Amino acid sequence: MASETTAPLIERPEHPEPAQHGLQAHSDGGSAFVPVQTRSERFTSTSPEDFAAVTGLEFEWKFAPLATIKHLTEGPLDGSPAAFSYTESGGTTVGWIDRTDALIGAAGAPEERASANAWSAAENALHIQVSGEEAGELTVRRDRFDATARAAHVVIEALPNSAGTVILEHSGPANLAENVEIVVGDNARLTVVTVQEWDDDAIHLSSHFARVGRDASLRHVVVSLGGKAVRVNPSVHLVEQGASIESFGLYFADAGQYIEQRPYIDHVAANTRSRVNYKGALQGAGAHTVWVGDVLIGPHADGTDSYEQNRNLVLSEGTRADSIPNLEIETGNIVGAGHASSTGRFDDEQLFYLQSRGITEEEARRLVVRGFLAEIIQQIGSPALEERLAAAVEAELLQSQGLAGEVV
Amino acid sequence: MSVLKIEDLQVSVETEQGTKQILRGVDLTIGEGETHAIMGPNGSGKSTLAYAIAGHPKYHVEGGSVTLDGEEMLDKSVDERARAGLFLAMQYPVEIPGVSVSNFLRTAKTAIDGQAPAIRGWIKDLDASMSALRMDKSFRERNVNEGFSGGEKKRNEILQLELLKPKFAVLDETDSGLDVDALKIVSEGVNRAKANTGLGILLITHYNRILRYVQPDFVHVFVAGRVAEQGGPELAVRLENEGYDRFLAGSNVG
Ligand SMILES: Nc1ncnc2c1ncn2[C@@H]1O[C@H](COP(=O)(O)OP(=O)(O)OP(=O)(O)O)[C@@H](O)[C@H]1O
Ligand SMILES: [Mg+2]
Repeated sequence: MASETTAPLIERPEHPEPAQHGLQAHSDGGSAFVPVQTRSERFTSTSPEDFAAVTGLEFEWKFAPLATIKHLTEGPLDGSPAAFSYTESGGTTVGWIDRTDALIGAAGAPEERASANAWSAAENALHIQVSGEEAGELTVRRDRFDATARAAHVVIEALPNSAGTVILEHSGPANLAENVEIVVGDNARLTVVTVQEWDDDAIHLSSHFARVGRDASLRHVVVSLGGKAVRVNPSVHLVEQGASIESFGLYFADAGQYIEQRPYIDHVAANTRSRVNYKGALQGAGAHTVWVGDVLIGPHADGTDSYEQNRNLVLSEGTRADSIPNLEIETGNIVGAGHASSTGRFDDEQLFYLQSRGITEEEARRLVVRGFLAEIIQQIGSPALEERLAAAVEAELLQSQGLAGEVV
Repeated sequence: MSVLKIEDLQVSVETEQGTKQILRGVDLTIGEGETHAIMGPNGSGKSTLAYAIAGHPKYHVEGGSVTLDGEEMLDKSVDERARAGLFLAMQYPVEIPGVSVSNFLRTAKTAIDGQAPAIRGWIKDLDASMSALRMDKSFRERNVNEGFSGGEKKRNEILQLELLKPKFAVLDETDSGLDVDALKIVSEGVNRAKANTGLGILLITHYNRILRYVQPDFVHVFVAGRVAEQGGPELAVRLENEGYDRFLAGSNVG
C-alpha cells in the first residue's frame, strides 16, 4: 500500500505532481499550477504589496483552506508585542528588540504574502539568545494570544560556540502570522523545537528562517497537533562550510484539521549536511496534511550530503495527505542526495493480525501509531518534553477514536 | 482434555456479484495434542475455514458453531478468541510498519496472559525460540514482517506460536515457499510447541512434504467447502499420487 521512491531526482520537474493519497475526491485545477522556478530564485520581499493578492492557485497556497487563512495574507494585523512566559535557564536571555535591530532579516526574507504581511506589521521582535557553552534548555510559552489577527516576529540567536535547546510551546487561541528567524553562529549547536498544541479553532502561519554558520549544527523539530489550520515552513540556509541541519517533524491531523509544512534546505556552502524526516498521522473526516520538502544543492555546495523523507500513516477514511519531495542539484560533486515519500494506510488486515494475537483493537491502533511516531519524538532530546508529547499523541488518538465512535 | 469442535460451519463472503457461499457445513473435532491435516484443491475454502475460526470480519458465518471446550467462539471478537487459546499462522502474514517484533511479541504475550511476562524469563524464552528457529537477534528490532522474506515471515509465525502457547493452532500453508532446511526448522518448531503444551493442530497444506516432519493423526480432504473424506496418514500419500480428481468429479467447484 505504501509507495516509495528513493532515487534522487536530478532535475526539478517543472510541474511536480503531488503524490496524492487518501480517499477523498480531489478537485483542484492541475493546469493552474504555477511553474516552480529554481528555489533560490524565488521572489522575496518584506512588504506584502510586492506580492499579488492570493488566489489559491499559487503553489504556495494551492492546498491551504484559503477562506480560513486569507485574512492573514492581506488584512491588517495587530503587531504589538504579545505576552508570553518562559522558564529561566542558564546561558540564555529573553527580551524584546526593535524592528530596526540589525538581527532582523539576518536569517532570511519572506517568500510569500502572509510572511511579508507579518514582517511589516510586527512592531518588534522577541529575542531569545543562547550564549552558554553548556547546553541549557529554555522553554518559551506562548499561550496568551486571542482571536485578534496578529503578527509576530521571533529571533533565536545562538552565539558562536554556544550550545542549547530552545522550545517554543504554543497553546490556547491563535490567529497568528509570524516569522521566526534562527541565527546559528559558527561552531554553535542549537536545537529549536516548536510545538503547536493550539485550540481547535486556532490559525497559525509561521515561516522559519535559519542561517547556519561554519561547522555549526541546527536541529529543528516541528510538532503540530492542535489547531484548525497550522502551517510551519522552515527555510534553512547552510551558508558556511561544515554547517549541518537535522530537520524533524511530527504531526497528527484529526477531523477537519489542516496541517502543512514545507521544509526547504538550501545547501549553499561546500561540505554541508542535511537530514529531513517528517512523519504524520491522519484520522477523521477532512483531516488534511501537506508536506513539501525542497532541497537545493547549489553550484558551490560540493561534498553535500543530503536526505529527506516524509511518511504518513492514514488511520481512517476521508483523509488526505499530500507529500511532495523536490530535489534540485546544481553541482555534480556530492556525497549523496536522496528522498523518500510514502503514505500508508493502517488497514483492517493489520488490525486483524494484531487482534489475532490477543491484542485489543484499541491497543492495536495505539501500538501502530506510537511506533510510527516514536522515531521523531526520540529526536527531540528533551526527556520531559518527549514524554509529554508521546502522551499527547496518544490522547489525540483516543480523542479522535472517541469522536469516530460517536458518529457510527 | 481440551477439544476444538467445528460443527456444520457455513460461511459466506460478499463479492461484487453478491453473497458467495464458501463453507457448506464443515464438521471437524480436534482433540488436545492431535494433528489434523487438511488437504484440498485451490479455492476449496481452506483459508476461509482458517479465517472463520479466527474471526476475520470479511467472512460471515451463516450457521454452525465453533466451540473450544464447550465455549462458543463465534460470538467472540478476534482478540477474545486468541485469548481463549486459538492461534492462526497465516498464509500471508501482513506487515506492521512502526511496530518492532519485540514490542509486538511482548504486547501480545501480555494480552494473552493478562499480565506482563517477567522480564528475565521472557528474554530467555525469546532468545531460545529465535535461535531454535534460526532467526537472527536483529529481527527483534525490525518492524513486524516488514521486508521479511517469505520464509522469514513463516518463521515469525511459528515464533509467535511457541511464545504465545495457544491450545489450538491453525497453520495455513505454513510450509508453502519454504526450502527443505527452512521446512525442517519450522516443523521442529511446531513439534516443540506440541510437545511442550499439548497443542492441537489443524495443518492446511498442499504437500506431503511437511507431513513427513509433522506427523498427522488424521487427514481430511477438503473439497467445495466441506470435508469430503477422512482417513489416516496413508490418505495423504494417496492424494499426492492420485490428485483430487475422484473428489471433483461429482461436485461443482465454484
Ligand atoms: N473476498 C472474496 N471475494 C470473492 N471471493 C472470495 C473472497 N474470499 C474468498 N473468495 C473465494 O472463496 C473461495 C475459497 O477461497 P480460499 O482462500 O478459502 O481457498 P483455499 O482453499 O484456501 O485456496 P488456496 O489453496 O489457493 O489457498 C475461492 O473461490 C475464493 O476465490
Ligand atoms: Mg488458502
